[in-house]
Amino acid sequence: MISERHAEELAGPPDPKSGVIIRLDRVTMKYDEKIVLSDCSVDCKRGEVTGIIGLSGAGKSTILRVINGLRRPSSGAVYVNGNNITGWDERQLIEMRKRMGFAFQYSALFDSLTIAENVAYPLYEHTTMTKTQIDKRVTETLESLGLSGVEDRLPGELSGGMQKRAGFARAIVNDPDIILFDEPTSGLDPIMTHIIVTTIKEIQSRLKATSVVVSHDLQSIYALSDSVAMLFEGTIIETGTVAQIRRSPNPIVQQFLQGSELGPIPF
Amino acid sequence: MIAQRALIDPFARFFGYTGGLAIMLFDALRYAFTLQFRPTEVLRQAYFLGVQSWPIIVLTSLFTGMVISLEAAVTAVQNGFTEYVGSSVAFGTFRELGPMLTGIVFAGRAGAAVTASLGSMTVTEQIEAFESMGVSPVKVLVTPRLLACLITMPLLTVFADIVGILGGYFMAHLEAQIPQYTYFHSIQAGTVPSDFTNGLLKAAVFGGIVAIVACYEGFRARGGAEGVGRVTTHAVVTSIILIFAFNFAMSYVLFR
Repeated sequence: MISERHAEELAGPPDPKSGVIIRLDRVTMKYDEKIVLSDCSVDCKRGEVTGIIGLSGAGKSTILRVINGLRRPSSGAVYVNGNNITGWDERQLIEMRKRMGFAFQYSALFDSLTIAENVAYPLYEHTTMTKTQIDKRVTETLESLGLSGVEDRLPGELSGGMQKRAGFARAIVNDPDIILFDEPTSGLDPIMTHIIVTTIKEIQSRLKATSVVVSHDLQSIYALSDSVAMLFEGTIIETGTVAQIRRSPNPIVQQFLQGSELGPIPF
Repeated sequence: MIAQRALIDPFARFFGYTGGLAIMLFDALRYAFTLQFRPTEVLRQAYFLGVQSWPIIVLTSLFTGMVISLEAAVTAVQNGFTEYVGSSVAFGTFRELGPMLTGIVFAGRAGAAVTASLGSMTVTEQIEAFESMGVSPVKVLVTPRLLACLITMPLLTVFADIVGILGGYFMAHLEAQIPQYTYFHSIQAGTVPSDFTNGLLKAAVFGGIVAIVACYEGFRARGGAEGVGRVTTHAVVTSIILIFAFNFAMSYVLFR
């Protein structure tokens, strides 16, 4: 399952019957001279969680930014809901992003706003809901993530795990069709990691959204993902279910999964 | 090849930078003219950037007015033209020193604060968070700050002008015993209203420069606290250079 063969199979927009909602089709992404993604292809199906694993700096977070339209690929195509978004202007991207939630690695909560104001932000911007309706929705969303009573607190007054969940609340408050999670468990202790994984599962079962989770925390990816893709040096080198990935004969995948110093991955 | 790149790169960077500033200014004004901003946020920024800069601008103007008057008064007494001290202080203050000094102090105080704040938001992914939820960061962050600077800079300059002239009178009276009537009559006789109003026009332009440069640099921050510090320094230096350049160009056009 090397990338070239994979890319040839995926070339073009996804078949509507295939259930593929997001497709990266031979995407290459360069920052100045540095190649971050190289001929990268991956599919994400409706209602499923796709986990993307890989070493630090492999380009995992860039994949999420490419899907959200925050970064334009140097070449290749990105399909979201059957539309190639690579040529879209900012106005079209803004419309698409209204139906997409993005939970950032460090939460990215607006530090001058309270938690309630943070969570309410997308609703004020994109809906015609009244203040009473918005307050009710915000309270319900925070309660569903175990964050009752923090509405009036500033992000800096919360623990790392609570900030992560507040970031999730902002990402899901308008019931998005697609949710992107960037390193949702990084920097958390095992108990908080378990809580975050459980939270994402609950969100997924409630919203039935298409989710992409980027992480190098394998246990979390195993627990969350319907399918997994391994990114190495900007290229997807393996895709499959959790069981298929774990049985992969690819020595790079095996070295990564085992956390071994011995193997083809250079250190 | 290397020589060619060395020749082209500075031009590419210069036009890339000025183009970026122009696009941001255009975007921010578009949101302003289509009323896509929160008035309460403009007022909040006007208070933070303008009202809180008031004491430092008043102090700077006071001492500048006093020192001009001191120099002018001593020379005037020696040469017997004390009736021109007031007009020389007012002329310089209205046309040049009022808007220039206010602009420079404003760039150092308010511009640095804006860049540091937006730079911090950039490196903590808050700017991307706005974009990711389909909200333009220019609309919510740049437009209110631009409007606040455009409003507060002329108001601060009015204060700077008044305080500078009063400081000038204080020194003229103290050092050269120039009477109040002589000093203020000299201002009335030696200046025209357009000296004052064109100075305020300059101040508004300087406010726009400070706002756009500060926001643009804030969005360019990379790599944590060090990156924020770097863009903050760059914003202040660039703003001051642009204020000097625009001051010359506007003086050339407005006062010839």
